[in-house]
Amino acid sequence: MPTFQQIIFNLKQYWADRGCIIQEPYDVEVGAGTMCPETFLRVLGPKPYRVAYVQPSRRPADGRYGDNPNRLYKHSQLQVILKPAPADVIDQYLGSLAAIGIDLNRHDIKLEEDNWEAPTLGAWGIGWQVMLDGLEISQFTYFQQCGGIDLDLVPAELTYGLERITAFLQVKDSVYDIDWSNDFKYRDVRYADELQYSVFNFEMADIPTLWKLFDLHEGEASRLLKLYNPKAADKLRFPLLPAYDQVLKCSNLFNTLDARGAISVTERVGVIQRVRKLAVGVAQAWVDQQKPDQQAPDQQAPNQPEPKQPQEATQ
Amino acid sequence: MSLPFLLEIGTEEIPDWMIPNALENLHLLFEKLAIPHESVTLDATPRRLVLRVDGLPERQADSEERVLGPAKSAPPQAVAGFARKQGIKPEDLAVESTPKGEYYTFTKKIEGRRTADILAEALPGIILGIYFPKTMYWTGKNGPRFIRPIRWIVALLGEEIVPFELAGVPSGNLTAGHRSLGAREVVVTHANYVERLRDHYVILSAEERRIRIQKELADRFADLIVKPDPALLETLVYLTEYPTPIAGSFDPQFLELPEEVLVTVMRHHQKYFSVEDVEGKLAPQFVAVMNIPADPEGFVRSGNERVLRARFNDARFFWETDQKKSLVDRKQDLAHVTFQAKLGSYLEKTDRTVALTAELGGDANAQRAAELLKCDLTTELVKEFTELQGVVGGLYARAQGEPEPVWQAIYDQYKPAGLEDSIPRNRTGQIVSLADKLDTLRGCFAIGMVPTGSRDPFALRRAAQGVVKILVEGKLDFPLLTAIQSRDREGANVATPAPAPLISFFEDRIKFYFRDYRGFAYDEVNAAMAAGWSNLPDLEARLIRIQNLRSSPDFEPLAASFKRIRNILEQTGSADTSAPVDPSLLEPGPETDLYAEYQSIAGVPLENAISKLRPKVDLFFDKVLVNAPDPRVRQNRLTLLNTLLREFSSIADFSEIVTTS
Repeated sequence: MPTFQQIIFNLKQYWADRGCIIQEPYDVEVGAGTMCPETFLRVLGPKPYRVAYVQPSRRPADGRYGDNPNRLYKHSQLQVILKPAPADVIDQYLGSLAAIGIDLNRHDIKLEEDNWEAPTLGAWGIGWQVMLDGLEISQFTYFQQCGGIDLDLVPAELTYGLERITAFLQVKDSVYDIDWSNDFKYRDVRYADELQYSVFNFEMADIPTLWKLFDLHEGEASRLLKLYNPKAADKLRFPLLPAYDQVLKCSNLFNTLDARGAISVTERVGVIQRVRKLAVGVAQAWVDQQKPDQQAPDQQAPNQPEPKQPQEATQ
Repeated sequence: MSLPFLLEIGTEEIPDWMIPNALENLHLLFEKLAIPHESVTLDATPRRLVLRVDGLPERQADSEERVLGPAKSAPPQAVAGFARKQGIKPEDLAVESTPKGEYYTFTKKIEGRRTADILAEALPGIILGIYFPKTMYWTGKNGPRFIRPIRWIVALLGEEIVPFELAGVPSGNLTAGHRSLGAREVVVTHANYVERLRDHYVILSAEERRIRIQKELADRFADLIVKPDPALLETLVYLTEYPTPIAGSFDPQFLELPEEVLVTVMRHHQKYFSVEDVEGKLAPQFVAVMNIPADPEGFVRSGNERVLRARFNDARFFWETDQKKSLVDRKQDLAHVTFQAKLGSYLEKTDRTVALTAELGGDANAQRAAELLKCDLTTELVKEFTELQGVVGGLYARAQGEPEPVWQAIYDQYKPAGLEDSIPRNRTGQIVSLADKLDTLRGCFAIGMVPTGSRDPFALRRAAQGVVKILVEGKLDFPLLTAIQSRDREGANVATPAPAPLISFFEDRIKFYFRDYRGFAYDEVNAAMAAGWSNLPDLEARLIRIQNLRSSPDFEPLAASFKRIRNILEQTGSADTSAPVDPSLLEPGPETDLYAEYQSIAGVPLENAISKLRPKVDLFFDKVLVNAPDPRVRQNRLTLLNTLLREFSSIADFSEIVTTS
């Protein structure tokens, strides 16, 4: 019976063997592995890239004070980006399941339509949820747009829900009972996080402070973006990565405010738009900054067609 | 020699609900090639769209083309040049006389193109031309678009591969088996295609997969009463290549939760069939369909059971949490839930719906239901299971001791979900549901949110269709045109007429209901609606009368006469025909007879009068000149005709009836 960490080691090794850089988690709080620069920015532009990393993903509204056996404020995603997607990408994915001990001849695997969209990132893709014996264990997406930009190379994004997969393999009804290592349960490592962040997100976070922080981070991101000059000779020095961190801060604050019940449905759309505007701004500047030919000024069309109407903010 | 053709488009998993249409579309595109052929077979699994055609010719028939050369009088060099261009000797040219004189000609034999060449050229366009509601690109920006990436293509005409390339994939004779149980590359021929797939755990025929699921259910789970669900069965047929049902069970303690919640979790979230006991009550079991042939160790069953347990635990958590705050205490929270930016919050909508409920004659129960109608939008259970809106509110209202008419009205508020669905079960529910839908329709039309083409984000068509169905089938004679009059922001009727687009929107829905759902002829519907449609039960009664009248041999001739009358009256437009008929101006004979007939049948239903009236009308038109020279006589005749027309126009405008004579 593999432990939680053994499953992570195996998956990382599997993808490292297939040419992926193994990154460490990004050090700014995010709602999903997609938001890390290693995905959000790397999928842009014409350069191939392969990367895998575990990203602790924070979703304040999903917190349950550590009471619910399946829902977590902070869960762990293994995020894999294969850019461009190889033709046998699904076989490679299924191979990774075999690598963590899932015998595909004895289990039922289905790929069910599930298109992904993140309105705050101006990103969407086409894909499936992967069902293993009725359990959704992964999300599989062919990215089509990111930051409102049509992607040059279509990356495949594989997102594994690590707690769920581990609970499945260890035959545990509660994620808190899974063995993180041979000596520690998940509860030992994460229970305090779940309880304390639930209290903070639902009860104690100071709403005016959160709004103030949101405004500050938004202001800083937008100030930087205005200063970016595509024609500047030294534009490679320009701090777009720090500007993007500010966007991530906004996104997490938005999610916290949302969990705190501080955003009405009417306001919600407006706040999503504010974050999206920043994310799109960074993405466009990034594409320009990364262009190998410095003579060609900004040619990226800023007005990409919108995907279908946003449904909800998947953090 | 005739040849079989096999095309298999190998893809990654296509969404199940798109597959049948895609196959039809593929068939249509193939037929457009107009290659003669015998039978066509279409098949699909989630990973392949397959077209098989028998009896294709090896090549198209040969044809001839006459090429006109130089005139006979042209210099020999020109003639030789023409012959050389055609690849023959000058002496082999023919001479033909044309209107312009004699010319050298050459009859060129055009060899029929090889079918394989035609197919090779056309297939990439055909494949990419298949319509899908949402497509993607995968080879890079500006690459081809399809529903999911194309990974292999089998294209065989007889023994031969039809060669082409699409999205970097060359056509060939290699298919792929089942994802986990089959081989990646399987060589196939026409003769062994289906069997080779079966060897690799792919059942090609959807019908066979359907039968397999049903047969396995009957053979292995004969003791289970599985609730029939054709739509779910169809989904599973197109979600699998080798379907096998398995049964699992859950803790009977969960049966304390409402059946609606349990069934929604099983059906919508897990794609399970539910199981009933002999009394028709939900049993603590379920049937899942897996995409492999067997589950000898029970891994798949126990996995599914654990998933279901977790889901049910979630639902129970929400059910219990929600009960801590009653529906009525949630009403003020609706102020924070936007209905539509310009139309305000759900709290404002609630107030308008309550007002309209009263206007429609709703009693205290109806008004209570209207007040609580949307409160379930703030519950955790609805946030989790949005498809249970309304139902959850009804269940909570029942649990919180609201009277039966109230909780049932809340429960049924979104009914009817479609034309086949039933309307709310009690009068309270019908009125409240009407009020809710009418408020949405009026509000959206007032701010210009009118559905266009496929864009109908607020599902206004369904709402209007529901209004029509409830009014007709609930026998509610509240005038629809009054119900859709404009309201102010609080919902008070300001008695200004409904906007024209909303009126015509309703006209379309009424026509659709009576024609497409109830099966009345379109001209009957037009005729009856021309006599008014605001009272829908009355419209229905008149339609039934017209339909019955139509079987009378006198009906269509009479309708034709009515049309003639209307034409005559329209041509003489300005004449005032509203005065009473002056009997002294009537000409003895057919005109007087017709008037006498009219007097004798006044007030008699048309059904009883039609056989006597028709000959009189016929005779009148046969013998009497409407356009009499004396203007007073003419005016009186027109008045007689108009009087006659009006007598029956409260049923219908019969001139709308399409007659064969």
